Amino acid sequence: MTQLPAPAFNADSKRFWEAARENRLLVSHCDACTRLFFPPRHLCPHCWSDKISWRDSGGAGVVYSFTIIHRAPVAEFAPRVPYVVALITLAEGPRMMANIVGEDALETRVGDAVKVEFEPRADGWKVPQFRRSAR
Amino acid sequence: MIGALRPSVADAGVSLRNRTAIVGVGESDIGKVPQLSGLGLTAQAAKRALDHAGLTVRDIDGLLTAYSLTEPFFMLGTVLCEYLGLRPRFCSSVVAGGATPAILLGHAAAAIVTGRASCVLVCTGENRATGVSRDAAVSSLASAVGHPYFEHPFGISIPGCYAMIAQRYMHEYGITREQLARVPVVTRKHAALHPTSHMKTPITVEDVIASKPIASPLNLLDCCLISDAAGAFIVTSAERARDITDRPVYLLGVGECHTHEYIVCAEDLVHFGVRESGEGAYRMAGLGPSDIDVAQLYDCFSIVPILELEELGFCRTGEGAAFYAEGHAAIGGKLPVNTHGGMLSHAHAGATGGMLGIVEAVAQLRGECGERQVRDARTALVHNEGGVLSSNCTVILANDMRQA
Repeated sequence: MTQLPAPAFNADSKRFWEAARENRLLVSHCDACTRLFFPPRHLCPHCWSDKISWRDSGGAGVVYSFTIIHRAPVAEFAPRVPYVVALITLAEGPRMMANIVGEDALETRVGDAVKVEFEPRADGWKVPQFRRSAR
Repeated sequence: MIGALRPSVADAGVSLRNRTAIVGVGESDIGKVPQLSGLGLTAQAAKRALDHAGLTVRDIDGLLTAYSLTEPFFMLGTVLCEYLGLRPRFCSSVVAGGATPAILLGHAAAAIVTGRASCVLVCTGENRATGVSRDAAVSSLASAVGHPYFEHPFGISIPGCYAMIAQRYMHEYGITREQLARVPVVTRKHAALHPTSHMKTPITVEDVIASKPIASPLNLLDCCLISDAAGAFIVTSAERARDITDRPVYLLGVGECHTHEYIVCAEDLVHFGVRESGEGAYRMAGLGPSDIDVAQLYDCFSIVPILELEELGFCRTGEGAAFYAEGHAAIGGKLPVNTHGGMLSHAHAGATGGMLGIVEAVAQLRGECGERQVRDARTALVHNEGGVLSSNCTVILANDMRQA
């Protein structure tokens, strides 16, 4: 399968994508109210503290919902159809979007346990993806 | 998740109930209209709205519009003023996706009540069917709606976002694919009764299920159209409206609620800000769901009006699909929904999908709908939403003023 372009990022998200290059999945932690949140922001969306740090996620999660894309929105994803996009609720709480990858991805169901892995993209960048855990 | 900072939805200040009215509506030619630009379509709808009201361009001193993803106009409000030869004292362009037209109605009413304008032209339009390729239309929308850093890397599409909502809804409430398919089928029947609908060929539940898969569980016929279309309406004070027409359509209530932008940040996929938006509109109007005779709901995808029926209080949670299946949403039913054929079958072009819901509500309340007329329609509700049920605005309209 052809490699997809590197993820774009801004100052809020740069650290997240740098960590992904090292196979680490980061979420934001509010040092004031101790809640975790995602995506990263300059301040906590719960209490507005700007004392924010990063935490490593263990990478385990559950499929909250998913869809099998048959009509790609942009040309670069067209060779991948059908592919699965899912919302994953991490064990730590925050929710994120990713593809479900693996031979059995098209069998994905709501509630499936999944585990993160990192997919190479252009220029050494990686994106977190999820694979269904063995039952 | 982000509950701590959710603003209070309590009413504050001046109510807009009974203060303003829509005195004319217009719709451009719709479907594939290659001879008109997006601006041209908007101008055509605006001219028809003025004709409908019996006003001239000199009566207009305010203009509100949305945005265009097909034409390279950044400040669309002043672009349209220039194009139409207007020099108004009140003008802006608002970008709240599909929620924009209802939001604009609220802004127009507030401007009139506070004396910043006396007669506001609200118009939207885009040539999405012929102004750009279908691929370009799909990808520009995906760029506009998906999170650039945390959703785009995974190839998410707009139908994909709504498909995840449908998937979760089916998981939680156990509705079937067949029940979901009733929405486009009923809506297509309504479109067939409208003289200018983009799609009129009757469809069956089997047709919906057999149509091309787009993003499971949604197929092509679960998705809105991509049309060339524009719409317009004219708002003025209630007092002036009665001099202009014997059939003014009064704004009784407006409410909004904005909970997130990207689906990755939605609190969950079965509760949205539709409820608070509707509650705000009901409260201002002094009415409840049982007072509504006809509803024009946002129907970009088949799952959406199901959720909206529930959150707006027309049926219980989990029963929106049954509401359609039992015929309650059809013309002649308990609460006819999308009597013009909605975005699934009448027309959809950016902000114009929601706009045409307002146009249809006004036409219904004026008794101008011919064979699709809802008998004795006195009160209408329109719900517009933008993003992924992110921005919500509900308006309640009536053909007479109401005391609380």
